[in-house]
Amino acid sequence: MAQDEQQVLSGLAEIVNEETGVDAADVQPDKSFTEDLDIDSLSMMTIVVNAEEKFGVTIPDDEVKNLTTVGDAVKYIQTAQG
Amino acid sequence: MGLLEGKKLLVTGVLMDSSIAFHVARLAQQEGAEVVLTSFGRTMKITRTISRRLPTTPEVVELDVTSTDDLDSLADRLREHVDGLDGVLHSIGFAPPGAFNFLEGTWEDASTALQASAYSLKALAVAALPLMHEKSSLVGLTFDAQFAWPVYDWMGVAKAAFESTNRYLARDLGPRGVRCNLVAAGPVRTTAAKSIPGFETFENTWGERAPLGWDVRDAEPAARACVALMSDWFPATTGEIVHVDGGVHAMGQ
Ligand SMILES: NC(=O)c1ccc[n+]([C@@H]2O[C@H](COP(=O)([O-])OP(=O)(O)OC[C@H]3O[C@@H](n4cnc5c(N)ncnc54)[C@H](O)[C@@H]3O)[C@@H](O)[C@H]2O)c1
Repeated sequence: MAQDEQQVLSGLAEIVNEETGVDAADVQPDKSFTEDLDIDSLSMMTIVVNAEEKFGVTIPDDEVKNLTTVGDAVKYIQTAQG
Repeated sequence: MGLLEGKKLLVTGVLMDSSIAFHVARLAQQEGAEVVLTSFGRTMKITRTISRRLPTTPEVVELDVTSTDDLDSLADRLREHVDGLDGVLHSIGFAPPGAFNFLEGTWEDASTALQASAYSLKALAVAALPLMHEKSSLVGLTFDAQFAWPVYDWMGVAKAAFESTNRYLARDLGPRGVRCNLVAAGPVRTTAAKSIPGFETFENTWGERAPLGWDVRDAEPAARACVALMSDWFPATTGEIVHVDGGVHAMGQ
């Protein structure tokens, strides 16, 4: 069930690209969602619900504010997948 | 047989699976209803994704309740999916951040809150009316507007207008057999609630004041009341506000 880091990263990049048009190649672990990728709170919500569906995990709202970088999100998803 | 067997409902306000409207849609489907959702603008995509978490994935129709075009074309667009509406849920609230500071709030802040959160009940009722019939039921969600609350400010004023709008709708839709009622819910941790700065002030005191206790993570009690009001079990009730707040409204302190 659990996917490796690269699989989660590329899956997440696809979602980010579809929502924001940001090039999937630019969605790298060290990138901040707000600062670097210019993602606002509504887009972030869209990305989160789609990630929940794609990866079969739950990301509670209270957790979302801790996910500053793409790497944080990848790590969270991997842990949640168990 | 389910409480809403064979009924067709329009449910606005499903954003996340925390939305009160999500739980109304879920329970309504479980009780035998066919549900159509509305969403708008950039939230359409979120609603569509979330709608797949319901027992049956419903249609999602675009409705910005402040858009005349959306309202005017609503009935025709709904007819593509349903031939009538037995129930309509208004679960819409919006106020700009400035509205949560009473003395500083501008007319623009206040009027935006009033239009999206109060006038919208009338707007939605009129837009859906061509599909409604005798015994149809309109239900909305309020936060008890009898009091001045901490931080609620112009949204509280909008809710007072909303409650009054409910009574006028009861007057004007009654002759057509259409009921109009509100559920005054206690605080529930939803996207709208969390956007209110200082929402925790409600969260912390509610449970202590409620004789029945209160869980801010549980939208189901409010949703059940909405389902009940859309059923045939309140046939002579209109212009009413049912409190689903653990009993807080009845306490002296
Ligand atoms: N959460 C609470 O503590 C609480 C308590 C009492 C009453 N309520 C009321 O319940 C209702 C639903 O809110 P919720 O708490 O489920 O939050 P929510 O954020 O899940 O739902 C609010 C909904 O309003 C919609 N909306 C905002 N502006 C709109 C517009 N112009 N056109 C169409 N839709 C629009 C949003 O898309 C969203 O779906 C609101 O009326 C709210 O005031 C909430």
